[in-house]
Amino acid sequence: MKSIQSPLKNAPTKAPTGITGLDEITGGGLPLGRTTLLVGGPGSGKTVLALQFLVHGAQNCKEPGIFVAFEENAQRIVLNAASFGWKLAQLQKQKLFFVDAQPMPDLIQSGTFDLSGMLAALESKAVEIGARRIVFDALDVVLALLPDAATKRREIYRLHEWLLARQLTGIITAKAGGDEASAVIQDPFGFMQFMVDCAVILSHSVALGVSHRNLRVQKYRGSSFDENESPFLIGNSGLEVAVARTPGRTDAKVSNERVSSGVERLDTMLGGGYYRGASVLITGFSGTAKTTLSGTFAEAACQRGERTMFVSFDSDCTEVIRNLASVGIRLDRYVKNGCLRMVSARSIAGSAETYLVRIKTLAREHKARCLVIDPVSTWYKSGNDLTAQSVADRLIDWSKADGITLVCTSLLDEMSNRTESDSPLQISTLADTWIHLNYLVQAGERNRGLSIVKSRGTAHSNQVRELILSDTGVTLTDTYTAGGEVLMGTLRWEKERAERVAAEAAEAAAKLKRVRLDAEEAELEVRLKSLQTELVAKQVEKALLVRSTQSHKGELSRGRTQMKELRGADVATPGRKVSPP
Amino acid sequence: MNRRAMFKFRLYVAGDALNSAQAVVNLNALCRAYLPDRHQIEIVDVFREPQRALADGIFMTPTLVKLAPEPLRKIVGTLSQLQTVLQALGLEAAAA
Repeated sequence: MKSIQSPLKNAPTKAPTGITGLDEITGGGLPLGRTTLLVGGPGSGKTVLALQFLVHGAQNCKEPGIFVAFEENAQRIVLNAASFGWKLAQLQKQKLFFVDAQPMPDLIQSGTFDLSGMLAALESKAVEIGARRIVFDALDVVLALLPDAATKRREIYRLHEWLLARQLTGIITAKAGGDEASAVIQDPFGFMQFMVDCAVILSHSVALGVSHRNLRVQKYRGSSFDENESPFLIGNSGLEVAVARTPGRTDAKVSNERVSSGVERLDTMLGGGYYRGASVLITGFSGTAKTTLSGTFAEAACQRGERTMFVSFDSDCTEVIRNLASVGIRLDRYVKNGCLRMVSARSIAGSAETYLVRIKTLAREHKARCLVIDPVSTWYKSGNDLTAQSVADRLIDWSKADGITLVCTSLLDEMSNRTESDSPLQISTLADTWIHLNYLVQAGERNRGLSIVKSRGTAHSNQVRELILSDTGVTLTDTYTAGGEVLMGTLRWEKERAERVAAEAAEAAAKLKRVRLDAEEAELEVRLKSLQTELVAKQVEKALLVRSTQSHKGELSRGRTQMKELRGADVATPGRKVSPP
Repeated sequence: MNRRAMFKFRLYVAGDALNSAQAVVNLNALCRAYLPDRHQIEIVDVFREPQRALADGIFMTPTLVKLAPEPLRKIVGTLSQLQTVLQALGLEAAAA
């Protein structure tokens, strides 16, 4: 690091952090060879983020790093990091170096001091391991020892200059007071936000007893970035930042393939089934067979041999399987052969963000192609409305991007005045297909009705169908509309029976009529035959008459000739003259 | 306190930076005044021996380490506040 190289043209200008979401927000990572300030309150995840940045660099980017710990013991940090599955022990040998720089509690101070000693020490280490990344964790601890603001500033400048001169990609973390992380941090660190090239703010708040973590990129010189606050989670493998898809970044694979809903009649209503990769929303009050309908979908998916995940927020996995078995949906065998993964999320407490991240992780692990979430409306309760909404958005967004066919159910609150058009999570607008289930109480019965509110890109039936659950499965039947009322259940059955009886009667009557007509026809034919016979007789008679008249006439003329001959009449005929005698 | 004990000091400095230079001056003055003929001063320039600073855990310069007599003490800064320094070195009695 003796010479300062000017960055090559077209060389990457960003150092990827390896943190899901953060690289998307920043368009590739933190500014390469520049300094990033990471500000946050206590427990906001500064150290984890910074460490993850180093680990990713060392493991995946061939960029060794140095971690300067001013606050925590390096050994403890290494131990903590082990819980994220980062193999620091291996990395520590050559690619990752930890420096314990926390001031000793018994440190005595007299007069001012500077950090040039530390920087000199670090420089030699950086050269030794070829470090490209460096983290100064909790710089404020050491700065607090400096007597006045001017000195503090001087040391910050010294550090910044040093980083720039060596073209190290640096992260400096500093505390921000309380929850007001979005505010400018107090002097003398405030100006750091102006000095650095990139500033990231972490905040941690609690709403209704649920923890919410947010990350915001405050500034990023020379690059566009997502300016919104994004929720993040410290998961099993480090930070995961939730990002909403910005328009046009990834286009979901659109498929024309249909997948069965598991109910034959419903497939017909939808013109062939759900689209592959579509998100389906099933809304309804409790007990309207939302779970059952999503169960049929899961079963159908497993029958096709597609890996499926069923997330239940309501009941335990075994309960779900038992309950679905009672309506002929046998999921246990698919759980056994590993095709279906049942996840009971009852035990997971946390923000909607937590749920989403867990579900994502599990679904990726399982390589799920079909996903059922029952019900998604739980999120609405466990966090504030806004988060749950954006989480649901991202759920659909993610499932689409991954080509996962998603079926989620949403409970409508019977007590509140919500109509079907106002599903608690406004995901109805995002969902491709929306099936609504409701009850119809009529004539002392409660029957289930199913209708398709919308289904994008497919012709779909506008009819309300009755949903019948039996131990052999789920079926849909037509309902009867009579006098503007929809008939279901017993009323439908009665109506059907009445129709059957009426049809039988009509058939009998028709038969009778045909017989009668046959008889009439036969009679007419007989009459026709006798008349024809009569006609023939008359014709014969007439012919006879003609013939007898002719022969009578001939007789007469012959008689006359004979008489002439007898009388010797000499009227010679020319013929007679010619002929010889 | 053993008045005849030998004081061994090690002073980490950052080249000829202002703070470090002041510390050297202050330490020498202190030793002349309170520890005549019973002090040893080793000056370590972290610019020249950065590995040593790292190994010894010295990050702020100047830092004075009192190696002997026991206990070991570290004093950070220019050593400009005489009373504090004397107290830390266990020499306040001599100053009084």
